[in-house]
Amino acid sequence: MLGRLLRRLAGLVATLFAASFVIFAAVYAAPGDPAVFLAGGRDKLTPEKLAAVREQYHLDEPLVVQYGRWLWDCLHGDLGRSFKYTDQVADLLTSRLPTTLELVAYATVLFVVFGVGAGIVAAVRRGWADQAVVGGTTLAASVPNFVAAIGLVALFGVRLGWFPVTGQGSGFTGTLHHLTLPAVSLALGALAVISRVTRQSMLDAAASDHVAAARASGVPERTLVRRHVLRNALGPIVTMCGLVTAGMLAGTVVVETAFGLSGVGSLLVNAINTHDFPVAQAVLLLMVTGYVVVTNLVDLVHPLLDPRVRAERSAA
Amino acid sequence: MTGPTAPALPAARTRLRVRGTVPAGGLPLGVRLGAGFLALVVLAAVLAPLIAPYPPDAIDLDASLAGTGHAHWLGTDASGQDLLSRVLHGARTSLVAPLLLLALAALLGVTLGTLAAWRGGWVDTLVSRLTDVMYAFPGLLFVVLIIAVFGAGMTTSVLALALAYAPTIAKYTRSVALAERTKPYVDAYRVQGMGGARICAFHLVPNLSRAVVGYLVVLFGEALMSLATLSYLGFGAQPPSSDWGLMVQEGQAAVVQGAPLPALVPGTAIAAVVVAFNIVGVWAADRLGSRR
Amino acid sequence: MTDTHGHRPAAGAQPAAGARMPSARAEQPGAEPAPAGSAAAEPEAAARGASGGAEPLLDIVGLGLELPGAARPLLADVSLRVRPGEVVGLVGESGSGKSTTAKAALALFPDGARPTGEVRVAGTDVLALRGEALRAHRARTVAMVHQDPRAALNPVRRVGDFLTERLALAGFAGNRAAVRGRAVELLAEVGLPDPARRLRQRPHELSGGMLQRVVIAGALAVGPRLLLADEATSALDVTTQAEILDLLRTVRREHGTGLLFITHDLQLAAAYCDRVLVMYAGRLVEHRPAEALFTDPRHPYTRGLLECSPTLDEAAAGVRPIPGRPPSLADAFPGCPFTARCPGAEPECERWQPRPVPLPGDGMAACRRLAEYEPDGAESGGADAGTDARGAAAGAEGVERAGADPSPGPVAVSAPARRDAAPGPVSGTTEGGAG
Repeated sequence: MLGRLLRRLAGLVATLFAASFVIFAAVYAAPGDPAVFLAGGRDKLTPEKLAAVREQYHLDEPLVVQYGRWLWDCLHGDLGRSFKYTDQVADLLTSRLPTTLELVAYATVLFVVFGVGAGIVAAVRRGWADQAVVGGTTLAASVPNFVAAIGLVALFGVRLGWFPVTGQGSGFTGTLHHLTLPAVSLALGALAVISRVTRQSMLDAAASDHVAAARASGVPERTLVRRHVLRNALGPIVTMCGLVTAGMLAGTVVVETAFGLSGVGSLLVNAINTHDFPVAQAVLLLMVTGYVVVTNLVDLVHPLLDPRVRAERSAA
Repeated sequence: MTGPTAPALPAARTRLRVRGTVPAGGLPLGVRLGAGFLALVVLAAVLAPLIAPYPPDAIDLDASLAGTGHAHWLGTDASGQDLLSRVLHGARTSLVAPLLLLALAALLGVTLGTLAAWRGGWVDTLVSRLTDVMYAFPGLLFVVLIIAVFGAGMTTSVLALALAYAPTIAKYTRSVALAERTKPYVDAYRVQGMGGARICAFHLVPNLSRAVVGYLVVLFGEALMSLATLSYLGFGAQPPSSDWGLMVQEGQAAVVQGAPLPALVPGTAIAAVVVAFNIVGVWAADRLGSRR
Repeated sequence: MTDTHGHRPAAGAQPAAGARMPSARAEQPGAEPAPAGSAAAEPEAAARGASGGAEPLLDIVGLGLELPGAARPLLADVSLRVRPGEVVGLVGESGSGKSTTAKAALALFPDGARPTGEVRVAGTDVLALRGEALRAHRARTVAMVHQDPRAALNPVRRVGDFLTERLALAGFAGNRAAVRGRAVELLAEVGLPDPARRLRQRPHELSGGMLQRVVIAGALAVGPRLLLADEATSALDVTTQAEILDLLRTVRREHGTGLLFITHDLQLAAAYCDRVLVMYAGRLVEHRPAEALFTDPRHPYTRGLLECSPTLDEAAAGVRPIPGRPPSLADAFPGCPFTARCPGAEPECERWQPRPVPLPGDGMAACRRLAEYEPDGAESGGADAGTDARGAAAGAEGVERAGADPSPGPVAVSAPARRDAAPGPVSGTTEGGAG
């Protein structure tokens, strides 16, 4: 168990190294002088500014050293300086991260509750309920989330006036109120995946002999579904929920832009549109780290849910 | 059940080269509707200059944000541009770009996948590692990184997405090619002294095409959505293009003013095409026997 | 009405004969009465005493099961009964319908199947049960022990959870400690060492034999009146198998439950059970007291089954596999389903609708040519069924007998004996089968 954990940790660290190196070295792939690129292009570029960039990124040293220093700084919370905002990138991130995390958490709650719920209904009821769930969620997944966002704003924000159309609100209820539409549009696409995985996983679990045995012993259907079918189907469901949540970090890029939320995602979009590469670099690093860490965590949780997997892996 | 209905969809059958699989009970209604709708969209895109009532870039500030009516069937945007005309013209980039993207991704992916399956050894390991690394990365972030480096634009977007899609296709191709490789005809050509490259290019890959095309058909909806998303974020098509994603972005400001049409018309177009393509695509993929 | 097996169109040709079979059985034990409710008494006495007057625990009459899309019915005209304290064996190849028959006691049928006939458990018409009543019936009256205990237990839940669930089904009231205590008792009762620790373990941590004990403990938790053992020992190794058989026998003795013992092993069934029913292609082909079946099988299929087990005395040449393959659901039979594989089949057999032909003494066989095999068999069969030699043989030592005492013995002896004694047709048949 411990050996497995260490192996996994080593894999995680390797992935993070590779990802961070790609993100860092991307500067050199850009056409022209990296210093100019990092400074955000030639317009309004002063020699002093250029010198500051060279100094900050140690551009005169070999690439590996540059990368090492950059990574070292990043690990110490120094993510560089935005040449647009003339702000510490780390400060920008910390001020915007809460909104993004709230949004992802809200959307996760939504897609877990409704996605898993719909999957359970589809698996248990079968027939028309099954078809309705599969059809409905497939339709929802075919709508890009920025289109869904605009549809929701037009209907619930402008026409009905139930929800605010922009901003993140304050206080718990205020935040909830403001983030409802963004969270719904973020969660909509995930419903199809989650409900389908839930449905399939439950059907697989329900086909097991022990479920038939429990049914033959007169275990009430409700208990049967909860204790023997859903409980056993949980592994794939939780894994998929984790993966989708991890992917949502990237999804906030679109939804935050659509709702004008000042989170990390919209920061990335603005940074790219204003050629503020240090900020883009930092956000990408943060998002990739989040993604990799969450997906690995999920992989660690799976054996806790399923003693069979645990036994297999410790035997291996 | 009621006998073969071979003539039901002759166009699709020849286009997708469905051989020998005559549907037993006719086409499902959803597939018919989806295919019909897609045919209309393609026709409209081809004939856009002829049927569009206005040029897509005709600005008429007097008719800013007009609702639906005789002059403008689907209304106008903030600059008074006719939405119907723009959507019709936008269909061209919105449909051709994903097609290009997939073609490029398929070229890369099929080459890599076939190479990995054929050569095995370190080539296989390299390709597998490469795909693993790509899988450890959310695709959108990879594309965004490329755009951050090379700047926004349709070309960059298409190239970046093609790179992001290629590993998936490579992985799939590799799995199909591994199975195909073991078939006797491959050995037969080898015995005849034919070179590996030649066997791959002229015999192996053509035999894989059925499965790969089936896979690509399913990816199309996703490709269209991804490109539209990039354009919406301002990373893809640039003004004055009538790309649907860009139109949504341009029309978004008017939504809050109570004029949802400029954003909703292109948004609905995207959603409708993706839905139709997913319905037809899944059906076609099943017919083409592609394993997923 | 519940007493006859003859109220069916198929057997209607010989209603009197059909009815004689069970009544003959009922008369014999009646001669030496035993207290009906004495569960702690010797199993044979309990069985006989109960069967003398008490209603049968399981009474299946003319059960048929049609499945849409299948060429033949899953079950046709199956009748059997299990009395309190009695062990009834149900033998057949896979797909012969033995498990399906047993599950009928729980009203568990394949999706879309339509049962006909009658299934009564302790007097209750099971086929008429719906909803909560059916669930309660499954929960409390009948318990099933499955072939593979590993598949029958939820792999992600603990042994304790399993027992707790079963205790709750039985309406066991009490706090957690009481439930736990009862669970430990149950595990101890089925002979699991260190029961308290077992409660915290998960199925994959226990061996197959231990798990089967857990399953049996779960069955005991609800205090069922009828136990269905569906190949309960087939997946276990030989020594474990003997232990589980012994445990089932103990359970039956101490709780007075009826036991329907399903197996593909005719030798085992004959050694372990009071009566044995042989099934083929969804039909009963023979129904005999165990000893009689073993020493003097009457249906060619039963004989074939006995002859395809290798024995110590006979060399490999003595083993005669039944030719052909077990019938699938896609095979339809206008007449006797065994015709294609039967060494003694005649053209008429293909048109002969099988029906139970009563045998003198006790039992029946469904073979058209039974009468031709009759003259000698009548005496030996009747004698076997009548004597109580069976009682000793199938007593508490049954297990040891199956394992140690050469069960091959009777076969080796009976096979030649039968051939010698029987006139033309039988020996001719046997040779035909060998050649």
